[in-house]
Amino acid sequence: MTPVYIVVFIAAAALLGFVTHDRWRVNLLLAVSALAVYALQPALPVRGLDFYLPTVTLALAALTWVLTTPREMRSWRANRTAAVLLGALVLALALTRYLGFSLPLTASRPPQTQMVLALLTVAALLGLLIARFTSPGKAVLSAAFVLVILLFLLLKVPALSLQLSLFLRGLNEQSLTTASALDIRWLGFSYIAFRLLHTLRDRQSGRLPPVSLAEYVTYIVFFPTLSAGPIDRIERFVGDLRRPPVRAAADWGEAGKRLLLGMFKKFALADTLAIIALNGTNALQVRTAGWAWVLLYAYSFQLYFDFSGYTDIAIGLGRLLGFKLPENFNAPYLKPNLTQFWNNWHMTLTQWFRAYFFNPVTRALRSGKKTLSIPVIIFTTQLATMVLIGLWHGVTWNFVLWGLWQGIGLFLHNRWSELTKARFASLPLRWQKTLNVGGALLTFHFVSLSWVLFALPEPAVSVRFFQTLFGAA
Amino acid sequence: MDARFLRNVLLKGLLLFLVLDLLAAALPSGVGKLSLYNHLLDGRLRFPFGEDSARSYNLSLFDLDAMFASHIIAAGPKPDGEYRVIVIGDSSTWGTLLRPEETLAGQLDAADMQTCDGRRVRVYNLGYPTVSLTKDLMVLDYALRYNPNLLIWPLTLESFPADKQLSSPIVSNNAARVDELIARYDLPLDPADPSLVRPDFWEQTLIGQRRALADLLRLQLYGVLWSATGIDQTYPADYTRAQTDFDADITFHGQSGPDLDETQLAFDIFEAVLAAAGDIPVIVVNEPMLISAGENGDLRYNFLYPRWAYDDWRAMMQARAVSEGWNYLDLWNLVPADQFTNSAIHMSPAGQALMVEQVKLSLQNQICP
Repeated sequence: MTPVYIVVFIAAAALLGFVTHDRWRVNLLLAVSALAVYALQPALPVRGLDFYLPTVTLALAALTWVLTTPREMRSWRANRTAAVLLGALVLALALTRYLGFSLPLTASRPPQTQMVLALLTVAALLGLLIARFTSPGKAVLSAAFVLVILLFLLLKVPALSLQLSLFLRGLNEQSLTTASALDIRWLGFSYIAFRLLHTLRDRQSGRLPPVSLAEYVTYIVFFPTLSAGPIDRIERFVGDLRRPPVRAAADWGEAGKRLLLGMFKKFALADTLAIIALNGTNALQVRTAGWAWVLLYAYSFQLYFDFSGYTDIAIGLGRLLGFKLPENFNAPYLKPNLTQFWNNWHMTLTQWFRAYFFNPVTRALRSGKKTLSIPVIIFTTQLATMVLIGLWHGVTWNFVLWGLWQGIGLFLHNRWSELTKARFASLPLRWQKTLNVGGALLTFHFVSLSWVLFALPEPAVSVRFFQTLFGAA
Repeated sequence: MDARFLRNVLLKGLLLFLVLDLLAAALPSGVGKLSLYNHLLDGRLRFPFGEDSARSYNLSLFDLDAMFASHIIAAGPKPDGEYRVIVIGDSSTWGTLLRPEETLAGQLDAADMQTCDGRRVRVYNLGYPTVSLTKDLMVLDYALRYNPNLLIWPLTLESFPADKQLSSPIVSNNAARVDELIARYDLPLDPADPSLVRPDFWEQTLIGQRRALADLLRLQLYGVLWSATGIDQTYPADYTRAQTDFDADITFHGQSGPDLDETQLAFDIFEAVLAAAGDIPVIVVNEPMLISAGENGDLRYNFLYPRWAYDDWRAMMQARAVSEGWNYLDLWNLVPADQFTNSAIHMSPAGQALMVEQVKLSLQNQICP
């Protein structure tokens, strides 16, 4: 998100914050969020793709709503405004191709209108078919769950992305020689996928609250959280959406504070540190261990300020609109151990994995026929969870290694904590504080060293950089 | 947090910003002298210059204070046992496509020469990649505060045209320094020349200077990567070689010969450089250039020069060197054509080494006759 978009979003959020009428509020938020999906999508070399991907995002959201909503709740009458609004917006954006100038609402000139109409028709027919012949049964929801994961893999496995690019280029009769996995950059899909999976899973378990099409699609593509989270829960989000915004000075003050803090973190601190942060090029150029540590520290803080800056901006925008979005970071680098670090770093992601992977797998292992010891269960679930979180960032060996690193670290801390908990509690407070400071330093370095795997493209480059860090290069 | 509190925060913030902004405009700026180089960061072996900052860990800026503060010559007072040689000049001296140790200054410094009285000869690269005698004068004028013992000055005809003197961005963006030089050396330059950029009051506020301030900050940041990697330039494996085939064009800055109009060349500024050096010995070097045998090579030596213009200028330099007793090295045809890289004056390390050998002999004569 560029500073210009952020300023536009602040202005939009400040204006929308004044809309208190229920239906207007939700429909305006839906319209602005849907436009943001197109506006934020980066330009792509495959012709038309930067228009089709946002359209598919909206179609996916609408179809998933149909799938997750009980038949009696999906009346046309109650949801037609949202459906027509979405269709009209897509069509209006597509028609901008006939203007003599380009609008900043789409990454490039929209594709042929008949193609967009065809896509809308297919989505509408699919929606009608699903609405007519299905109800949110377990099998259908599981199939949708798998489909979202397959889509996710298509984007995150470079070889699959490349194949998709080749296929789309072939359809467009574009050059195949310049095809790359980077051709398929789908704005915010990682976060959108989490929200879709959350609602599909909660429908399966009967926990999903009934929501309208407008509410559901707004939740999926809510513009402040579109590109970098946080990953809200739908029941909390809809609660805020249905509550008329309070325009108290405290809310404006809090919103302003978070927005300024976020922009300072992102554009002053993170973007400055990015200049000297570790990357695949300078990792091989750095000559001494001392400077290698400087690059690594710069990367650690750049990552934190970048991500937590975006979160602050999202929370500030949300506050202007009357939403109290969940926090994502709580001084993670000051935490005395790895478990606490992960309870305070990208909190909504770890909560998501805890709710939809860690806890169910732990329960399954505990209640299985073959009884496993507690340490084995902890080891298995923590390792698997962290490897999955790694793979969410990208399906590469480095992310697998990063997940293993974190999983083993969490397991070791868990065992160490079990062994020393009683002794630690009996220490004088002064000693506990001193040990916590030492723990925070140790944890920060453990995490920073793991960022080597995160920042660099492949294991060989990472090993070489580790050698430089420890003077063995 | 109530509305009154928010209003007060906003007003105080705005007021503070306004005061700081106006103060910045009203007070003389010396912020470029503040530098992490030579303290936390290694001093650069040549001036900051470059466009592809993300890969070269370098950038171009116009703040001479900052440029010198980032250079290793500003590391501290000159040590007693040092004989300080500075090399000024254009991109050939700065070392386009050469690593710092491969440049003229770098190779001379590595030669580990000593004066007769046992002082170690340290050679500093103060070249800057634009061609203008005024730029050379400006750099030398600043460099004198670092107490050089000897000046080496490679140059080429392209630095001489009078119409080019103020067009170099580093010159045009340092109008106050140019004014000083005009006054001190009675230079034939017009202070009202529109090329000279003169910021108004508002352009001197923090907002007006935001780009320059950001450049200063980026210079410090790229210093981290310079210190960490020793890289200050990109070295592409493949680049466009210097042109060797030409159109049948024999014009040089609007002249077609057969004689070069001496009044159109900035010999006054050339003399001013020698005057600025004062008692410091100067070795003037006509730097090597590519001599093409390609199409129309009989009309032009290279992309820069038609033969008639260059020959005439070389004759003028030779005559003046003799009449005025310069220490002058004419190395124009020293380096074979295949030892030039992406321009008619940019040499390969091997080509540069040929030049170094000649300059070294002259330097040796100076430091220990």
